[in-house]
Amino acid sequence: MTVGVPENLASATRGGVGQSPNRPDGTRKVTGQFAYSSDLWHDEMLWGVTLRSPHPHARIRSIDISAALATSGVYAVLTHADVPGEKYYGLEENDQPVLAVDTVRFQGEPVALVAAEHPETARRAMDKIVVDYEVLEPLTDSRAAAFDPDVPRLHEHGNVVRHQPVRVGDVAAARNRADVVVRGEYEIGMQDQAFLGPESGLAVPAEDGGVDLYVATQWMHTDLRQVAPCLGLPEEKVRMTLSGVGGAFGAREDLSMQVHAAMLAMHTGRPIKIVYNREESFYGHVHRHPARMRYEHGATADGKLVYATAEIVLDGGAYASSTTNVVGNAASLGVGPYIVPNIAVDAYGVYTNNPPCGAMRGFGAVQACYAYESQMDKLARELGMHPLEVRRVNAIHQGASIATGQVVDTPAPLAEMLQRVRETPMPAERDSSDVRNLPGGASNTTHGEGVRRGVGYAVGLKNICFSEGFDDYSTARVRLEVVGGEPAALVHTAAAEVGQGLVTLEGQIARTELGIERVTIAPADTQVGDAGSSSASRQSYMTGGAVKAACEAIRERLFARAAQRFDVDASELSLAGGKVVAERAGVLAAVADLLGDEAIEETREFHHRPTTSMDPETGQGNTHTQLALCVHRAVVDVDVDLGLLKVVELAAVQDVGKILNRVSLEGQIQGATAQGLGLAVMEEIQLAGGMVRNASFTDYLIPTILDMPPMRLDILEYADPNAPYGLRGAGEPATLSSTPAIAAAIRDATGLDIDRVPVRPHDIVTG
Amino acid sequence: MRLNLTINGARHTADDVWPGESLLYVLRERLGLAGSKNACEQGECGSCTVYFDGTPACSCLIAAGQADGHDVVTVEGIAEGEDALHPVQQAFVDAGAVQCGFCTPGLIVAAHNLVERHDDPSDEEIREELAGNLCRCTGYEKIIDAVHLAAERKQEAGS
Repeated sequence: MTVGVPENLASATRGGVGQSPNRPDGTRKVTGQFAYSSDLWHDEMLWGVTLRSPHPHARIRSIDISAALATSGVYAVLTHADVPGEKYYGLEENDQPVLAVDTVRFQGEPVALVAAEHPETARRAMDKIVVDYEVLEPLTDSRAAAFDPDVPRLHEHGNVVRHQPVRVGDVAAARNRADVVVRGEYEIGMQDQAFLGPESGLAVPAEDGGVDLYVATQWMHTDLRQVAPCLGLPEEKVRMTLSGVGGAFGAREDLSMQVHAAMLAMHTGRPIKIVYNREESFYGHVHRHPARMRYEHGATADGKLVYATAEIVLDGGAYASSTTNVVGNAASLGVGPYIVPNIAVDAYGVYTNNPPCGAMRGFGAVQACYAYESQMDKLARELGMHPLEVRRVNAIHQGASIATGQVVDTPAPLAEMLQRVRETPMPAERDSSDVRNLPGGASNTTHGEGVRRGVGYAVGLKNICFSEGFDDYSTARVRLEVVGGEPAALVHTAAAEVGQGLVTLEGQIARTELGIERVTIAPADTQVGDAGSSSASRQSYMTGGAVKAACEAIRERLFARAAQRFDVDASELSLAGGKVVAERAGVLAAVADLLGDEAIEETREFHHRPTTSMDPETGQGNTHTQLALCVHRAVVDVDVDLGLLKVVELAAVQDVGKILNRVSLEGQIQGATAQGLGLAVMEEIQLAGGMVRNASFTDYLIPTILDMPPMRLDILEYADPNAPYGLRGAGEPATLSSTPAIAAAIRDATGLDIDRVPVRPHDIVTG
Repeated sequence: MRLNLTINGARHTADDVWPGESLLYVLRERLGLAGSKNACEQGECGSCTVYFDGTPACSCLIAAGQADGHDVVTVEGIAEGEDALHPVQQAFVDAGAVQCGFCTPGLIVAAHNLVERHDDPSDEEIREELAGNLCRCTGYEKIIDAVHLAAERKQEAGS
């Protein structure tokens, strides 16, 4: 019997890799049907609230819960004494109490919990808890924490969480060979991830004494590894399911309400819902580490770098969170994508009584990038070179080494990227006849007088996936079976869809690898193996790789079956249009017929190639599995009289290895660029003596649609042979380069140093 | 107190409403209409935008009592039937204007209002109209694309 070749055999599978199918959750999101963690509801549920410390540093003498507990409608009031298991947890160190034990180390630290029938009842009862604090002097100076032996120790092992040096060559000798030297001190404020969906979730007590947790998180299995011990439960009794996640950007890597809701649920025997409001959200998650950085670069007269030194102090706040790894990134990427023969970098992460800092998009690389790019501009000015030219002559390339001595063994087309951004047409001249085009916009603050235009450039280098020897992997379970006469795949992972479009991509990969169209993505939960975190731009690579591997395993089994039935060599077979196709014989069978009533299921773990740790004294090692580059050009108009500015345009060139879904990729680069703009010109958690002064969206500003300029994207595809499809992680790199490019453009417009971001109006007016 | 109001064309009654509750709380927690989102409770982010007597407003800033007897349309009332998205909704999906989606319900209402009033809005008009809706994921480019796409499709459908 001859079977005709289906028409779509030659073309790629519809909705497969390289295309831009719509998000599977898109319709539910535009109709309001998509259930976020704050939308969860249980008829029997109580509301939980959290009493937080009003002081950045204090000893707790006593806690009196009696009045709160006596309030009508209140079911539980819990303190550290009620934590069923381990009282401390943490991502890298178990240094953070579930509820403060005898000391509070930051303003907003959780002290007690209340469960009640109505959230307002719970809040009013919470106000009746009497905590007797002995207020202590807060340690808020990160440099003092790093270098002053006389300041109080906030934790037993001292105030330095990690010091990571990087040493290459001989800086002292190299200084003599430098024709020019540029020095700078740079500061970066505390940025908030400011996802829109506040921390929230539902804990439901289970009959087996365990608990079912429905939460919005970035990494369920690492939540589980922290939650279960605190509850005194084995991991199998804590079952986690991912709820709708309203953005993450790093802020959901640490625990927030998970243990608290579970404790209240176990204590009351009732489901517990906790939803932070915006103010509480500012206290309820870690932020981007503020940094104070001192840099020195020496170069020859032709612009070639001879040496670089850097001292980077990252304020980790009250608890370690992921400070250890943030320091690793700042150190290993501390001189950026440049060839520097002699290097002395010292990166420190310290404890203070400021809010805890941890993961945020760009993770340690953002801070260093702002400083080294500011230095490259300074060097260009000193030498009278074009800022792109000084970058070009020092640019890394495939075969070159970065600061850690690691050889860049995959494409690093930085020189081409710099050239492309140079050739990108400039935006139109300012049209001052419409005030909406001017700084201040419709507020009508200028008609063009005092407005200066500036252009700036920056490059960022970001590691993709987890580094420093971590065994980084993801797991995928894929099931292929006939549903309604058609072959359909069910993809099950624990990977967190946080908005980035991973669920779309998982479907694309399954379609491409299995040659089918129907793919369903199962809800993410801990009933399947660890997927790792939705961070470090790693999920396309890691969970994408796991889905691909599981599909390949299914394909092998299908081919073995077909090979046997049709007496052909399995190596000749491929899948397309729901058919098994042989190289010479054409279509052999429909996948549906080959499967019959039987499902094929395969689970695979995908590990990226191993990395090594950094040498503790020299920082040397093959610590990163993949590196990614982005270049930005920023054009700004600055009203030098009022200090107002308008970013006119942002152009980006990024190498992504392979475009898997252009629409969603562009969304990542545009969104990352926007967060970089926020850090450049408006976003900062303002602190005074460890107290947060602007915990609201009225006072902490993130870019609106008026603040964001048109963006021009130029996306390159130089495949990385180690990565699935040759892809390069793409979520973070644009966050790095956007900020220093805008700072450079403001410098160009004003002639000011701009050695601190975010740039505030008074920085421009008073210089 | 008892609250009577019309939501998405249907009359609703909520009992035992505490006067301090917002319209947003009543919609979400008492009437099960969780589409409108609570992201700031200060009228800064626009995630809770609904039509209030035909005008887009932040439902977090409307006290429950102020809504008594009024007409409210939420994101749940924008679609043109069970399976038929409104062109604005379809354009948001098609253009990639949705990532985490938490801002999307408010933006759908605001963009719906814009497209209903403007046949062919310029980028500047879109920016001014949507300036009250924060989005943290997209950088807004694809939201602007979506509004243009919806306006184009509306034009085509009308011509």
